[in-house]
Amino acid sequence: MDRIPILRMGEFLLVTIQVDMHDQLALTLQDDLTAAIQRLGAKGVLIDISALEMVDSFIGRMIANLSRMSRILDAHTVVVGMRPAVAITLVELGLSLAGVETALDVERGMRRLRASVGESGASIVDLGE
Amino acid sequence: MPKATALVVDTLTSQLDVLQNEWLSELKKQGTGADHRISESELAQQGRELLQLLSAAVATGTDIQEEPWRAVRDFLDRLSRSRAQQGFTSNETATFVFSLKRPLFSRIRAAAKDAASLGDATWAATELIDALALHTVATFQKSREDVIARQQEDLLELSTPVVKLWDGVVALPMIGTLDSARTQVVMESLLERIVETGSEIAIIDITGVPTVDTLVAQHLLKTVTAIRLMGADCIISGIRPQIAQTIVHLGIDLESVTTKATLADALALAFKRSGLAVTRAKTA
Repeated sequence: MDRIPILRMGEFLLVTIQVDMHDQLALTLQDDLTAAIQRLGAKGVLIDISALEMVDSFIGRMIANLSRMSRILDAHTVVVGMRPAVAITLVELGLSLAGVETALDVERGMRRLRASVGESGASIVDLGE
Repeated sequence: MPKATALVVDTLTSQLDVLQNEWLSELKKQGTGADHRISESELAQQGRELLQLLSAAVATGTDIQEEPWRAVRDFLDRLSRSRAQQGFTSNETATFVFSLKRPLFSRIRAAAKDAASLGDATWAATELIDALALHTVATFQKSREDVIARQQEDLLELSTPVVKLWDGVVALPMIGTLDSARTQVVMESLLERIVETGSEIAIIDITGVPTVDTLVAQHLLKTVTAIRLMGADCIISGIRPQIAQTIVHLGIDLESVTTKATLADALALAFKRSGLAVTRAKTA
């Protein structure tokens, strides 16, 4: 597998990392995701890392970067399903991923995305009236 | 290999019964067995066994780490372990071996023909018994340390219960000093429970933590960060007034962490965040 699929769900993008990341895969994902947000005008990105079992400092930083890049492109990003072992590893590596929004699972992450887009969406409707 | 002088070997092998009786009375004089933790017959039997093993091994040399001494060492290992379990002190355990000196020396003196051989034999016997006693104490110490290590492990398991307070709210009442090893266990069990129960709020209650220094604070912050990474929120409660003062004096930054004075306050906040309200039931 040389690419991680990016799925479109309405105005959101769903990225599910199912394999252990290697550095090249991570860089490709960065390119693909930023391009997809731009092309599809996505309002939110959900990154599901529940299948990710091993992380190193590079992957940890990559997750943080993905989230920041998406925010710059005006897509709200939530990282969901981080495993306990991964969380402990990141903390021990000194990566606290400040500014990255997290949620326990896809369900809760989706709710959060809808809530945040709902807020901004409502204001657009108000303007239109 | 250093050879025990012939006199010591001779005394130990030929005068077993006399030695044993004198040793036993010596032990009694020093009060071993007076408090009935160990019976006289048991004491006599242990003395006899040790003397027999000793007389068999001493002919081969006096280095007790050598192979022929294995039986003696094993016997002493068993002995000091049982002494440790029966609650004897290390002094009492060592005295058991040391008290063999007097009877042994008096037997050697009776058998010695001249001053030089008496001196040599006494020195050899002293060295031998010292080595045996040291071995006994070392084993005694080790078995005590094993007990402590096992208790520590038990404590580690017992002291990290993660309790579910409400749907989506788990709490960890932390008791005792936090060190790196404990933090690791605490962090792991708390994170596992968060995943298991799908809880969005975790409360760490540190009422039972006696002191908070920079290291403990760092451990706490690590745990809070890990919980946040998983996508849950963390509240720290049970901060006593002195601890609040210490934290500020040490310049520890807990700004990024929600803190509450008591577990009740933390639970109230958790309810509020999950949109729950507690109301008094109407009395009829």
